[in-house]
Amino acid sequence: MTRAVIRDSLPKEQRSVAVVDMSANLAGLEMTSPILTASGCAAAGRELDQFFDITELGAVVTKSIMLEPRSGRPTPRMAETPSGMLNSIGLQGPGIASFVERDLVWLHQRGARTVVSIAGDSVEDYAKLAKILRMHEGVDAIEVNISCPNVADRGKVFACEANSASAVVQAVRRNTDSRIPIFAKLSPDVTDITSIAIACVRAGADGLSVINTLLGMVIDTDTMKPALAGVTGGLSGPAIRPVAVRCVWQIRQALPDVPILGMGGIRTGLDALQFILAGANAVSVGTVVFNDPTAPMRVHRELSEALASKGFRSLAEAVSYAHRSGDEIIVNEAEAPSDGDGADQDLDQM
Amino acid sequence: MPNQYRGEVVSVRRAGSYFVLTLTAGAMAETARPGHFVALAIGGEESGLLLRRAFSIHGVQQRGVFGGTVDVVVSPHGAGTRWLAQRHRGDTVDIVGPLGRPFSLPRDPVSCALVGGGYGSAPLFMLAEQLRARGCRVDMVLGAANEDKLFGVLEAKRMASTVTITTDDGSAGVRGRVTDGLAKVMASHGTEVVYACGPMGMLAAVAQMATETGVYSQCAVEESMACGIGVCMTCVLPVIGDDGVTRMVRSCVDGPVFRGDTVRWADVGTVPPDTLGAPGVLGAPGGNR
Repeated sequence: MTRAVIRDSLPKEQRSVAVVDMSANLAGLEMTSPILTASGCAAAGRELDQFFDITELGAVVTKSIMLEPRSGRPTPRMAETPSGMLNSIGLQGPGIASFVERDLVWLHQRGARTVVSIAGDSVEDYAKLAKILRMHEGVDAIEVNISCPNVADRGKVFACEANSASAVVQAVRRNTDSRIPIFAKLSPDVTDITSIAIACVRAGADGLSVINTLLGMVIDTDTMKPALAGVTGGLSGPAIRPVAVRCVWQIRQALPDVPILGMGGIRTGLDALQFILAGANAVSVGTVVFNDPTAPMRVHRELSEALASKGFRSLAEAVSYAHRSGDEIIVNEAEAPSDGDGADQDLDQM
Repeated sequence: MPNQYRGEVVSVRRAGSYFVLTLTAGAMAETARPGHFVALAIGGEESGLLLRRAFSIHGVQQRGVFGGTVDVVVSPHGAGTRWLAQRHRGDTVDIVGPLGRPFSLPRDPVSCALVGGGYGSAPLFMLAEQLRARGCRVDMVLGAANEDKLFGVLEAKRMASTVTITTDDGSAGVRGRVTDGLAKVMASHGTEVVYACGPMGMLAAVAQMATETGVYSQCAVEESMACGIGVCMTCVLPVIGDDGVTRMVRSCVDGPVFRGDTVRWADVGTVPPDTLGAPGVLGAPGGNR
């Protein structure tokens, strides 16, 4: 756990001018920003690159790609909900061959760090996807989407059961270059997310993406039928943020050293800070991009300002800070820095 | 290329059942073409309504007292559109645009029929102006459930060679559907291109009529969108590509304007079995984004 010494003794304006080191590291993936996109909320980067420079992101996390082209589900695929939305896209995509040829090449040439999200119907699918990705440049990490909530058969949500989650993670790890980190994306729709997290790490996951959407449903009171053609859908947006922060917190407690990519309803820098303090090493901004296409850049700036105003000199110092116990906080005026370069911190990383 | 702009409300005026909002939009006003749309954020930075609402651009003013402005037509039927209709001069509305593929204009001075259903007629006036500037003949057909739900009749009369009005209840113009009016226009004026915007059912009928008579048609579709910029994959519909293959394509970036004979109108809302990657053809159905 984190032990830290922090002082708030400096005037606020002096503290906020301090430049915060925003670099982040996810299992060896070095990034200049802790802000990533979230799978399914940024396509493969091209569209958002019209609004901001995607190379300034920590990384682009691409929409989950499958082996073959997939049409996805019928419409309506979306329903707005309080502070969020339900989606039932059904993993529409061009298939891995087209993805590597068109999207991955573009991302690589563009110079964007890329986390490729993969999804399959079977353990073999995931193994094949990993084998194909191994042959191509430009894959900085793999996010293993084992938590699609919309599959016709709940038994196929690999992340709902420790053994199936492990089997998928193991298959991807075995078929991926050991220098490429793999992240397992977990579902909050389980009794004990930490047991799934532990199983994934034991199976070879280098890190965890926390969380995917929650299974939800809306009924249209005009038609008196489900609002989505797919009946149920994945709930995302600020409405799920407390659930996501709780999941990050629980996993951080159970696994003090595992890299965590936190996500779920991040809209502002302070939202991102909650995830960082709960134990995330970096965060993804997802659904809020639909509301504000430049949100990832804004969240980066706001997070940097928030960290500075709290006296942190680096993002890394703030990771898991909320887990420190009472006697680990030492506020000592006598040790206040005299050079005025911001609050002093002494931190033993977990 | 679209951009994001913190727009300011210049005016809100009532037009029948609708409200016309004029918003400052900066450079967007210069790049917008007929058929482009804008996506407006609802309720400010802390709003619980996250999804943008898409509106076709009704008009632009490139240089005025307020710099560039865009006009959109709002039908207040839900929480988001009601919020927009209740804006006042000086309020802020976040705009993303111009978005989508606009109408394409004919190279030659051909005879065009423009068909609008309800406030779907909104983008047709900018289009009519540009067609007229190219020497095209413009006939307009506007239809709605009733007189109150018609939009732009006066503007149409100013711009078009003929204006045909149809209403379901006969409260204005001829009782009936726009397709009844369109059939007469096409027969009398030798229509070579049909442009249409309105509800899906109307577009399907207009496109079918055009295709059956060998007339080229362009339809601007209304699909519900979450982002408007091509990342969310919610606004898809089945469209036949140049290679003859049906794909679920995004109406926000591949549309909203489609050639009428490429959209599988009868299958909108479904994934036809012969669609690329349809369930049962390659692997099992399901899965989330």
